[in-house]
Amino acid sequence: MVAVSVSQRVASDDQLARLLQIGIVLEEVVEARAHRHYQQLDAELDAEVETLLADAAEESADHRERLESLIDGLGVDSVPFDEIESLVDARYGRTRPEDFDDVRYDQLCNEETAYKFYDDRIGAIEGSDGSFSVDREELIATLAAIRDEEAEGVREVTEVMERR
Amino acid sequence: MNTADQYLKTIYVVQDSEDGPASTGSIADALGVSPASANEMIGKLEERGLAEHEKYKGVKLTDDGIVRARDALQTYCIIERFLANVLAVEDYQAEARELEAVIDDTVAERLDTIIDRQPECPDCFDPESDACACLEIAPGPVEPEQQ
Repeated sequence: MVAVSVSQRVASDDQLARLLQIGIVLEEVVEARAHRHYQQLDAELDAEVETLLADAAEESADHRERLESLIDGLGVDSVPFDEIESLVDARYGRTRPEDFDDVRYDQLCNEETAYKFYDDRIGAIEGSDGSFSVDREELIATLAAIRDEEAEGVREVTEVMERR
Repeated sequence: MNTADQYLKTIYVVQDSEDGPASTGSIADALGVSPASANEMIGKLEERGLAEHEKYKGVKLTDDGIVRARDALQTYCIIERFLANVLAVEDYQAEARELEAVIDDTVAERLDTIIDRQPECPDCFDPESDACACLEIAPGPVEPEQQ
């Protein structure tokens, strides 16, 4: 067995880039799931849920672009986004509607997971003394803005759920 | 996965390979920490009812500890499969070891939706190679399958 690291800090450009890539994949998962819900369950969707899904997909695309721009700044090779997109699409293309949770609940999980992910990253970067090729303040500000939008997403989905 | 979970996962694997209680030295070696640090964390795990330490014998996980250790091992397998088969990371083991401390279980669950994890997970984990025994490395950057 190989020795493992017990550090929870983010310490290098490479590790930061990898974590941002994971963020991109999570955003892509949100987009793909919202799209699948929209396609497969459209007869059951009402205007409110439809808006929720459309907003979630649009927001994820925007977050993805902001993360990609941060990775570009790090000068680290990244997996091209269209490859990730086709992989995620292929996965969800095989998923039957009954394998998905309730659309609102699923959306809540998406938003909560994303919120936690960005919040953890911000904590780890703030707790790290490593230096990155991108401006630390700008990095934290971008991640914090995305995190706050995820928090807003959690609030919106919760409100829709409470009304029903 | 937090530090306690990393210890639980390590104790589980060492205990399994030694077919009995895990010695503090083996745990410290596997984690790359000093025996004193390992002892301190083992004490905390005991306080939480997750492990039992017997003098001169070593550490044994309780039933609750085993459940948490298996969850942690599963999260590790998800990270490994994701890095190797989705992002085509060559040194996926080294990166998985770095990332396991910073990837939350809920995030791992989401990543799990786009990898083909085997039903036997986490029993598929091979401590010798420090990798999932069912892991097939994709030649390209992704592991696409026909719809």
